[in-house]
Order: sequence, then structure tokens, then C-alpha cells
Amino acid sequence: MAAVKYTEEEELLILEEGHDPHFHDHHHGDDKYRMSFISHYIFSMDHKMIAKQFLVTGMFWGIMGGLMSLVFRLQLGFPEESLAWLKPVLGKWITISETGVGSLDPEFYYALVTIHGTVIVFFVLTAGLSGTFSNLLIPLQCGARDMASPFLNMLSYWFFFLAGVVMFASLFLSTGPFSGGWTAYPPLSALPQAMSGSGAGMTLWAVSIILFVVSVLLGGVNYITTVLNMRTKGMSMFRLPLTIWAFFITAIIGLLSFPVLFSGVLLLIFDRAIGTSFYLSDIYIGGQALDYVGGSPILYQHLFWFLGHPEVYIIILPAMGIVSEVLSVNSRKPIFGYKAMVYSIAAIAFLSFIVWAHHMFMSGVNPFISNFFVLFTLIIAVPSAVKVFNWISTLYKGNIRFTNAMLFAIGFVSMFISGGLTGIFLGNSAIDIQLHDTYFVVAHFHIVMGVAAFFGMFSGVYHWYPKMFGRFMNPVLGKIHFWVTMIGAYAIFWPMHYTGMAGVPRRYYRFDSFEAFSYFGEINQFITIAAVVVFAAQVLFIINFFYSIWNGKKQTTVNPWGATTLEWTTPIEPGHGNWPGAIPVVHRWAYDYGKDGRDFIPQTEPLGENESESH
Amino acid sequence: MSELAAQNYNRSKIHPQKFLLWIGLASLVMMFAAFTSAYVVRQAAGNWLEFRIPNMFFYSTAVILASSLSLQASYAAFKKNNTGAYKKLLLLAFVLGLTFLVMQYLGWQDLVSIGVELTGNPSGSFLYIISGVHAVHVLGGVGVLFVALMHAYGLSHKVTEKRKLRFELTLTYWHFVDFLWLYLIVFFVLQAS
Repeated sequence: MAAVKYTEEEELLILEEGHDPHFHDHHHGDDKYRMSFISHYIFSMDHKMIAKQFLVTGMFWGIMGGLMSLVFRLQLGFPEESLAWLKPVLGKWITISETGVGSLDPEFYYALVTIHGTVIVFFVLTAGLSGTFSNLLIPLQCGARDMASPFLNMLSYWFFFLAGVVMFASLFLSTGPFSGGWTAYPPLSALPQAMSGSGAGMTLWAVSIILFVVSVLLGGVNYITTVLNMRTKGMSMFRLPLTIWAFFITAIIGLLSFPVLFSGVLLLIFDRAIGTSFYLSDIYIGGQALDYVGGSPILYQHLFWFLGHPEVYIIILPAMGIVSEVLSVNSRKPIFGYKAMVYSIAAIAFLSFIVWAHHMFMSGVNPFISNFFVLFTLIIAVPSAVKVFNWISTLYKGNIRFTNAMLFAIGFVSMFISGGLTGIFLGNSAIDIQLHDTYFVVAHFHIVMGVAAFFGMFSGVYHWYPKMFGRFMNPVLGKIHFWVTMIGAYAIFWPMHYTGMAGVPRRYYRFDSFEAFSYFGEINQFITIAAVVVFAAQVLFIINFFYSIWNGKKQTTVNPWGATTLEWTTPIEPGHGNWPGAIPVVHRWAYDYGKDGRDFIPQTEPLGENESESH
Repeated sequence: MSELAAQNYNRSKIHPQKFLLWIGLASLVMMFAAFTSAYVVRQAAGNWLEFRIPNMFFYSTAVILASSLSLQASYAAFKKNNTGAYKKLLLLAFVLGLTFLVMQYLGWQDLVSIGVELTGNPSGSFLYIISGVHAVHVLGGVGVLFVALMHAYGLSHKVTEKRKLRFELTLTYWHFVDFLWLYLIVFFVLQAS
């Protein structure tokens, strides 16, 4: 079809309304949104395609991060076993002794731990989770044709992609990737000669993080603007689904905290590259005194954790939003305490900015200042408890449908409770003297922000898979995936609480050589076996995901879950522009389930004569 | 009005691109807030070199303020269809912007001449880095002004919505880097005293 010329006025209308009113019968929106292969699949500006790009890239990094954890778990669980069979993959990082026993290079062990943390936190649970679902759902659930700036949105993905390429390249350096821990504390990160990964590996790590921050900021400005500016008629803020509230506030947190990481890393780069002394002071390496004078490594920790703590909410809030939506849809009940949910998200977001020093109780901060941070850290338990209470109340007496999305949403609530409770221990600076840097911490944050966030992500993928691909994922494989992951995740992380309480430190290369910790050898073996099993279940998920894109059961109705929200009013495979005709108008909030004896009432249905909009 | 029509709904709202810019500026504010709070935290730890800020930085402050005023006047002339003033004031704002950058460079040279090096005590490093990162943002603004100049001299003077929007975006950003510098210089002076 030949391109249609628009006058300036029509252009403006399309920009603002995102559609051409003369093309009501045009199946894929209008001509303006037609695309070639490259602009459709690669440099796409369609938020739905960008969401898929984020998701698939996130999955790639999920597999990478998972595989890394398997390698270091094998080392921890079976320190005496030969890892020679990994030689073809890991090359020189496996040293084979004269007796033929292959062992993992200790420096590479640190690199694996470091990169595992970095990529899972940033690439999988930030970009893969909030990047995917913010992109997919914000325009669809707000009733917009696309993001406020599709171009910046595309750039956001490609900066993320580049960040990934740089990080991936660092894996192949002869000196190895950065290995000083995902927090990249100086001096290990600031002195190129500190350890082998601190050289080129750290340089690439820093470049990758800078690119990633740019990606997050470009995405974030878009998400915020779209939510505030581009909602359809009738979609007031308190009619938004909780998913959108979560993505919106997540984007605000990211926008305010990531620039601080940027500053911190920039100063780090200056210390490394031109010899400033922001973070370094009076250092000796190999008996040689270095020139650095007057720097403070604690300063870096402040800057890092000013991002680092909000970052955990950047990870968990989108999962919370997804779970709220999925629980409500599959309980056939309105979400319990909608406004309390919104306010608690906002409260968590606010508090997340004034608790960062609880990561630094043992770094030499003033113990009196610590009290302040203990207080605010413990207060976060209040909005978190409000949310948990509301989720459980939503389930109570619900007409529950155990779809895969629902299973993972319920699993999320379980994980969030288990992991959240240990946070109350760790938030106390006195108890932290014993527990800091032990496996108790590892267990806490893996359950509460690792596994829980993954559960939110899985829940979202199963729930909105039909929206993304017009097909369903296989429910049986999904159920196996859920139960193995649910039980397996507890099997991995529950025992770590005990080893942590006994003082077993994190990041150690092996424990069997320590009198005090060798006692836990069998627990470590058990954890490793559980980790392998859980990873196998994730492989099942990946197979299911890609198989179903082409061979899954086809979606035949536009609204398969009987949900009220706008994304299910589009055609099964929406074109660029989302709605072929005009954008639907909204008349009610997103949670009219079981109202007036009806199973559900879509947001687009006007209020009845005597109906009140109550929630 | 048909049930589905949602016409004329967005028009009363702030333009999305303007909003986008404001949010982007918020993230820049956070970046400089991080720099300046790092400065405060580090200064409180002691071992801090005290020195007087070279006068060049005060002169440059006046220059960038003048540039901002000039751009504002140019915008007013643009809206009033006063082509001559619009072009000249825009050019002036651009030249003053470039002058600011040169003066910052001279300011850094003055710092070196009084013995405050980039790599010495963090007190000096902070001044270099913070003013340097600010200068990079001014450089971006100068680039935007250059594009505005191309429009002013290359296109005929028509006040369309699109060009007005562009001008307003440029104006907002330029005022932002201006006030940012004002904040920074006041911050440096207060911290040094």
C-alpha cells in the first residue's frame, strides 16, 4: 500500500492521539506504523517488540548468571572433585594437576561470583523484569498507542544491549573479568594492579555499568512521561492497575538513584584512569607506596548504596505489581485495599532512599548514625506487611484458578514473607555484627529479591505470554517448572540461614580447609545438588518459552483470563498502535471482579444507572 | 461523540517531550547532588586542601547568566516575529555559551598556576571534575544552540507549534545548565569559606 501523506494538522493528531480517525477498518492501525523487517524486529520502536527484546536478552543473561552459579556451587559443594570436564568451556581457568584432577582457578571463582551478581541484579532483574513489563504493559494498560518517545525507548534497549556486549566481552579477557564483588568496592576496583580482574576486567565492568545507567534513565523518563501524560480518557491515576503504579514508582526510584551510581562510577574511573584520589589513600602494593593521598573508600560505599538500596526495590516493586494483578485476576476478586497498596508502594519507595547505610554497619560508619538507619530499615516492614496482608486477603475466599501465573504469584508471596522476615534480623546493627558477610545475608537477599523477583517475572511471563505471542505456554511443563523451582529454591537457600548463623562467610573459595566450617560439607553438597535441579527446571522453562512461540496452543479469544484491564481489548496480535480503531475510553477502576453478581466488568464498560464506583 | 472516541483529550496537558526533558533534568540534578554530597562527606573527613576559587569562575558565571538572558530575549523576539532581534540575540547566546567554556578552561589553568592539580588533594579534584562534568553538559547545550542557529539562519521565520516547542526545549535546557552552574559556584564558595 502506498504511503499516505498527512497534513501537518493530521500529523499532530496522530502524534497526540496516535491514530488516524479515517482508518477505522484498517486492521493493523495505520500506515504510519508499517515497518520493514529491520525496523520491525531489530531497530523496532514498537513498545511490544522492545519488551520482547528486553525479555529475551534478560533470559540470555539469566542463563549465563545461572550457569556461573552452578560452576561455583560445584566448587563449594564438591571441592575435592575434579572439574577437568569443564576444561573445554572454561579453558585456562581450570588447572589440571599431575594426577589429572582439575581445579577451578580461585581468582576465576571470584570473577564468577562477581559477574553472577552483577548480571542477575542489573541485566536480568532490572532490565529483564522492569524493562520487559514496563514496556509491554504501560502503553497497553494506560491506553496509549506507544511510549511518549518510541525513539528513546529503542535507544534504551540498545544501550542495554551494548552494556551486555561489553560485559560479555570481559568474560574472554586473558586477565579475566572483574572479580572484586558485584559492589565493586575500592581499592580492588580502583587499582588496576590490585588483582588480575581489576585491570581490563574492571574497565569493561565500569563501561558496561555506565551504558546500563544510560539505558535505565532513557527507559525511565519514558515510563514516567507515558504514565503521567498519555493515559486514555477516563483513566485517572486511581483507576490504574497496580502493575502500572509499580512500574511508575519503580521508574521514579531508578531516575533518582541511578545518576548517583553514575557519579560514583565516574569518580572511580577518574581514580583508575588519571590518578585522582577520591577513594584511595596511603596504599601499598607489593611493598611499594602509591601516590594516592586523602581518598576515602567509604565515600564510594555511600554513593554505591545510595543506588544499591533503592535498586532492590527497583527489582522487587515491578514483581509486586505483577503479582497484585495476577492474584486479583485469578482469585476473581478485587485486589484487597487498592489504595493501601498504592500508598505502601510509595512509602517503600520513599523509605528506600534513607536506609542505604544498613549495608555499611560494619564498614566503620558511626554507630550512632547507624541507629537512624536501623529505625528506618525496620519501618519498611510496615508497608511490606500491608502488602502481604492485602495479597493474602485477596486470596481469602477467592474463586482461585491455579494457572501457572497464579502459582508463581502465590509462590512470590511465600518467598517475600520468608525473605522479608530475615531482613528484620539483618536490619539491626547489633545482630549484623554476627551476621554480616555470612551466608545468612546470602540466603536473605536471594530469597527476598532474587527468587521472589524471578517468581514475579515468571508469573508475568505466563500471564502475558498470550499478549506477546498470541499463544499459550504449555501448562504441564509450567506446573513442573513451578513445583521444582518452589521446592528447590527453599532447598537451596533455607540451609544457608543455618550456616550463616554459624558464621560461615560468603565469597570463600572453599570451606573444607577450615576446622570451623568443614562441618557443613554435606549441607553444601545438598545445596549444590538442589541448585543443579532448579537450574534444570529453568531449562524446561526456556524450552517451553521458545517452543510455544511457534507451537503453543493458539489464543482464540481476546480476553483469555477474563481480565478487566485494557490490554485485553486489543486484537489478539495487536499491530503497532495497539488498537485498530480509536483508543478505548475508561469508565471504572481495574478491579471490578465479582461485582453485582457478574464475574468481571471490563474497564471500558460505562457505569450502570444505579451503579457507584466504589473501591 | 461515539463511545470509543477520545478526542481532544490530551491537548490541555503539558507536551510529552517537555515533560520528558523535565524528568531528564531531574536525573541530572540527582547526579550533581551526588557529586556535591560526596564533596561534603569527603570534606568532613579532614585532610582537605583549602584554596581560593580563581576569579575567572566568577566572571564565567556572569557570562553564562548573560547568555541565558540573551536566549530568553531571543525567544521573546521569535514569538513577536521580530526576526532581526531573534537572530542576533540567538547568536549572542551561542557566542556567550562558547565564551563560558573557554573561560572555564582558563579557570582550570588558573587553578594549576596556584598549585591545585587535578590529581592532588581531592578538594581540587572535586572542583575539576564537577566543573568539568558541568562543562560537558554546557557543550551539549552549545550544540543544541548551534542547531537552533541553523534553523534561525537557514529557515524563514515562521512561528509554528513545532518550532516553538523546539525553542522552548532548548530554552529550558539552557536555563537549566545556567542555574546548575549558579548552584555549583555558590556551593563551592560556601564550602570554601
